[in-house]
Amino acid sequence: MTTDTLALARQQLLAPAGLGEDALHRTLACLLGHAIDGGDLYFQQRRAESWGLEDGQVKNASHAIQQGVGVRATSGEKTGFAYSDEIVLPALLEAATAARAIARDGGDTRLQVWRSAQRLALYEPLDPLETLSADAKVSLLEAVDAEARRQDPRVTQVMVSLAAVRDTILIAGSDGTLAGDVRPLVRLNVSVIVEHDGRREQGGSGGGGRVGYGWFLDRDRALGHAREAVRQALINLEAVPAPAGTMTVVLGPGWPGVLLHEAIGHGLEGDFNRKGTSAFSGRIGERVATSLCTVVDDGTLASRRGSLNIDDEGTPTQCTTLIERGVLKGYLQDKLNARLMKTAPTGNGRRESYAHLPLPRMTNTYMLPGEHDPAEIVASVERGLYAVNFGGGQVDITSGKFVFSASEAYLIENGRVTRPVKGATLIGNGPDVLTKVSMVGNDLKLDAGVGTCGKDGQSVPVGVGQPTLKIESLTVGGTQA
Amino acid sequence: MPEAIAPTIAPMPARERLETLIADILAEARVQGVTAAEAAVSFASALSVTVRLGEVETLEHHRQRGLAVTVYFGQSRGSASTADWRPEAIRDTVQSACAIARHTAADPYAGLADPERLAREIPDLDLYHPWALSAEEAIDLARECEAAALALDPRIRNSEGGSVATRAGLVMYGNSHGFCGGYPTTRHSLSCSVIAQDAEGMQRNHWHTVARDRAELETPVAVGQKAGRRALRRLGSRRLGTRQVPVLFAPELARGLIGHFIAAIRGVALYRKSSFLLDRLGTPVFPDFVTLRERPRLPKALGSAPFDSEGVATADRDVVSDGVLRGYVLDSYSARRLGMQTTGNAGGTHNLIVEPGSLGQEELLRQLDTGLWVTELLGHGVNLVTGDYSRGASGFWVEQGQVRYPVHEITIAGNLNDLFRGVVAVGADVDMRGGIRCGSLLLERMTVAGE
Repeated sequence: MTTDTLALARQQLLAPAGLGEDALHRTLACLLGHAIDGGDLYFQQRRAESWGLEDGQVKNASHAIQQGVGVRATSGEKTGFAYSDEIVLPALLEAATAARAIARDGGDTRLQVWRSAQRLALYEPLDPLETLSADAKVSLLEAVDAEARRQDPRVTQVMVSLAAVRDTILIAGSDGTLAGDVRPLVRLNVSVIVEHDGRREQGGSGGGGRVGYGWFLDRDRALGHAREAVRQALINLEAVPAPAGTMTVVLGPGWPGVLLHEAIGHGLEGDFNRKGTSAFSGRIGERVATSLCTVVDDGTLASRRGSLNIDDEGTPTQCTTLIERGVLKGYLQDKLNARLMKTAPTGNGRRESYAHLPLPRMTNTYMLPGEHDPAEIVASVERGLYAVNFGGGQVDITSGKFVFSASEAYLIENGRVTRPVKGATLIGNGPDVLTKVSMVGNDLKLDAGVGTCGKDGQSVPVGVGQPTLKIESLTVGGTQA
Repeated sequence: MPEAIAPTIAPMPARERLETLIADILAEARVQGVTAAEAAVSFASALSVTVRLGEVETLEHHRQRGLAVTVYFGQSRGSASTADWRPEAIRDTVQSACAIARHTAADPYAGLADPERLAREIPDLDLYHPWALSAEEAIDLARECEAAALALDPRIRNSEGGSVATRAGLVMYGNSHGFCGGYPTTRHSLSCSVIAQDAEGMQRNHWHTVARDRAELETPVAVGQKAGRRALRRLGSRRLGTRQVPVLFAPELARGLIGHFIAAIRGVALYRKSSFLLDRLGTPVFPDFVTLRERPRLPKALGSAPFDSEGVATADRDVVSDGVLRGYVLDSYSARRLGMQTTGNAGGTHNLIVEPGSLGQEELLRQLDTGLWVTELLGHGVNLVTGDYSRGASGFWVEQGQVRYPVHEITIAGNLNDLFRGVVAVGADVDMRGGIRCGSLLLERMTVAGE
């Protein structure tokens, strides 16, 4: 793909207001007048829609447009920030004046000449909202509903949502960065309720990526999510209370990689490590996992939900090794924290929108495959938990304690997967959970494209993945003591 | 004065400006042929400052506009939103909503709130107390707050900072029944998060204060010291063995349990039959000493609103009295689906108050006797369909009413149905910092999973 996304972004964001490079220069020059060592402008237009089905009918849908420009000035560890939802020169200058107020002394930072970085083309710069007609979107939702209801008479409720976003961004930085990107993102979610003998349970499945809606029609994907949601719900109908206590846990491949996101990824974000507030601070080069474990954060996977051609500071994304054969290798950096830690940005500076400041954030975080057959891993456990699906998780990066909640799990008894158990929260300590990994499967899988990560009140789409993993001991928060 | 720090927050537009926008949106909808329409327009501006280790870390100016419209063609509806207030944007947004409404199915329950339920008068609930806070003053307050935490003890070695924020907003709602109302609000906060460290490792904790009127905020020193003490008391945390014990929830967490209760009696959860509290109206859901009231029109309160997000007048009511569920949390749509009346809860609840008991924290710990006092929770392991609850926790192990040691890396689990029925006491130590006011909750029994 050779489409010039910068040209597209210019045309969409700057041209309507008659803004040219001189206006970008003028705003940056205004920003830099006062001992500010750097600054950037982040122009964004977001177009989003969502369609919802319940009771077999599409009754709700909405469309939203959001646009604006965020202006940031940095001086040492200080950041000044202001934004405007009007992309016009006076508003830009006003925001620049507010943002630069963090520094009061005169300075002499010079604007660098524009340079454009090498561009990745991990997805097409398309508008996913336009990739299917409204009628076809409604038909798709109805087909998913019908497929779910067809699976089993115990299905009593089916909720389906279909959503798309197109983000167009342009970044102009005092360091010479001038970059643009057009980012499509679609998502389908199915949630079902099943009922039997007065007992109700739910199941859910979803997926998506940086593609058009056609993705869901291809290879039966949308209907597959309907079947998967029902399968999960029916299993939950049979589930018995989960055990409580510390035991061997086998995590299935794919979405259970949320373990890595919570236990490892957050603790390696540059801001926490620059401030020394992470349980991983100052531990580069130390062993934090068994030698079976190599963990990366990779923003360069084609079409993935967590992927970006450039991050929100204009830095091309990359594949960053976090843990290599058990040894802590690197942190995830945005420009500010990289500068303060005297290292290079890793393409992980991300923000929810123009109205938020960039922070070091993950993209797609996963563990590389090992050598074991997954069946062999389960067979090696005398008594434990086999957890294959999860809801969300959370971490306290300072103490290192993390949780993630299973939505589909089974007991392992004498090397065999036996009864399904009710969802339970698993809790552990980030810096040592991977030191208990004794087997890694050869079945690396990435999640289906449903992850959203929250930090400092900002949400960004992310991906996770892993092969089947055996953790010798982890605490399972069931009710059966 | 280019060397000065930019002053305060952006001024609010005149109320008439928003009323005109509402009128313009509804007029445009009429032109486009809708049978009914409703619109909301909002403006907010805010200033927030974080100081870390005595130095400014971030200074943020926020200024946000919103415009949202829902149109109806008969019983089919569509919605659209934008931040752009120009006439052409209004036209486009209404058009987008209409385009959607032409594709959605007719829904017999859809529509505006019934006209007789709309607020006829809009009392001033005293929710607007702007704070002419300059960035310099904000920095000084944040610095004072953090410094109080750092000065508390040499083991407080690091910080995520002290923060001050002030926000003012104006929301206007109108519909084609002729309703148009709006009111300004303010919200100010001070917070602090610090890290205590000893040979065993680091522990972080925080505290915050929030109010509509800055005069009701706790002092910066009080906030900083509470944050510091909360971090210090976590040092030396141990794990616990797996067991079943009584559990005392601190007020700021008890509020969350009441939040789960409310989520399970919301109309959408009920008509989808996806709630563990289905068909429980008129039956006991708590022990008989528990009463939960909604008081939407308390002056200055954080959850107050004269009308809900579809214009329905709010009113006092009991959600639970004598332990019995007396009412659901409904908007017009879910009420129609359930064959009931809206409870004025479109957009949420307004000041839920669990009637406080007589015991303070010390007495509650004595009543707990031997068990777990939970002061922090981690994760989202709550299933509202089944009521199953399992979350990460930290807090203190208590024996014979005495705090023995801090604990962490454990989970607490149970079923919300049983937990609510198993409330042993409601504390007098009410946390006032939000839309749900509740004291500590002492629960009969939960499963703790640990070593």
